[in-house]
Amino acid sequence: MATSRRDVLWEAGKFLILGSAAVSSSPSAAPAPTPAAAPALPAYNPQAHLWGMTIDIEKCIGCGNCVRACEKENDVPEGFFRTWVEHYEIDGADQEHPHVTSPGGGKNGFPPSSDAKAKQFFVPKLCNHCMDSPCVQVCPVGATFDSPDGVVLVDESYCLGCRYCIQACPYGCRYINPAKETVDKCSLCYHRITQGLTTACCEACPTQARQLADLKNPKDPVHEFLRKNKVQVLKPHMATRAKVFYRELDGAVR
Amino acid sequence: MSSNWKEAAHLIRPAVVFLIGLGLFAVARKAVIPPSFGQYGHYRAGALDDIRRKPVHFAGQETCVMCHTEQQTARNAGPHRSISCEACHGPAASHADEPGKLKPAKPEIAALCTRCHEASAAKPAWFKQVSSVTHNAGTSCEVCHQPHSPKL
Repeated sequence: MATSRRDVLWEAGKFLILGSAAVSSSPSAAPAPTPAAAPALPAYNPQAHLWGMTIDIEKCIGCGNCVRACEKENDVPEGFFRTWVEHYEIDGADQEHPHVTSPGGGKNGFPPSSDAKAKQFFVPKLCNHCMDSPCVQVCPVGATFDSPDGVVLVDESYCLGCRYCIQACPYGCRYINPAKETVDKCSLCYHRITQGLTTACCEACPTQARQLADLKNPKDPVHEFLRKNKVQVLKPHMATRAKVFYRELDGAVR
Repeated sequence: MSSNWKEAAHLIRPAVVFLIGLGLFAVARKAVIPPSFGQYGHYRAGALDDIRRKPVHFAGQETCVMCHTEQQTARNAGPHRSISCEACHGPAASHADEPGKLKPAKPEIAALCTRCHEASAAKPAWFKQVSSVTHNAGTSCEVCHQPHSPKL
């Protein structure tokens, strides 16, 4: 007997109905969000905070403590950096061509310089946790996002590793983690700051050049810092509304 | 009226198939998208808790001085008073959890002191710097300076 169109449609209809019933009755096709053994997280209201950082160039001695601390706290793979330190050397009036070095991200400090004539300083860098982040805007799957408390984070389980965000970030703050094949970046130690600790880099900075800032907390010393000092963000012309504020930042810094 | 229905009868079956397909799509979509997606924006809000669950390695100054009051007193009296313990001793959260089992390694003095204090024109002028060649010529810093309170 030849199969009629009626038979085919009837069979297909049964398959669709049974299939949809099976999917809807299965407990949950979505991955279980957390293992049952996970400890309860301390209470935290993301709407009550707005995180950023202040960096005082005058206080940075280029010791690399922040880079090493970040590497240990966040298991950053060798050769990649969530934060790094750059050494700037500017000869005379040639502001357009600064000599920038960052051996090993400045992880083990910098070789001593004896050139007293050039203008020299260190610039620690990290994700600027922009309010209008180019990286968030280009992510096609919602894997990179602005948290309600102003931290740009990555959902590892959603990241496809497409690298759009790496190209979009004007500050070069992102890399692909070779082990996970997903993008990685500074999380502003989100696992620490949401339980009352400071970031690993701020904890390890011996001169307090770096300070975690909660811009929504009226008692945070950041407000006095921003009021009393001349501060600047990196690449203001990119209109990213960055939240890492530098004191005494030279115009030659890119 | 009835003749209109008769003319449209051939559309009923494809319409039913379309509706079943639409229903299947809606069910599959609900099953695949996590419930917290879109709670705060175009992302999975549950990712915030996933990130918060990452282990802490640096215990923080307040945790260290719960036990190490002697070192804290020495440190507070000298110019290193604002440097946290873990800046030199490294991450110690595992030590804070099990003080007897896991001891942080003693910092290597030669590398530790010079990383900050080796003289360089690149460092800000206010910061105390010495040349390890002319200042101590190979002698360990510890011979004269106590790291917790380095003033002579």
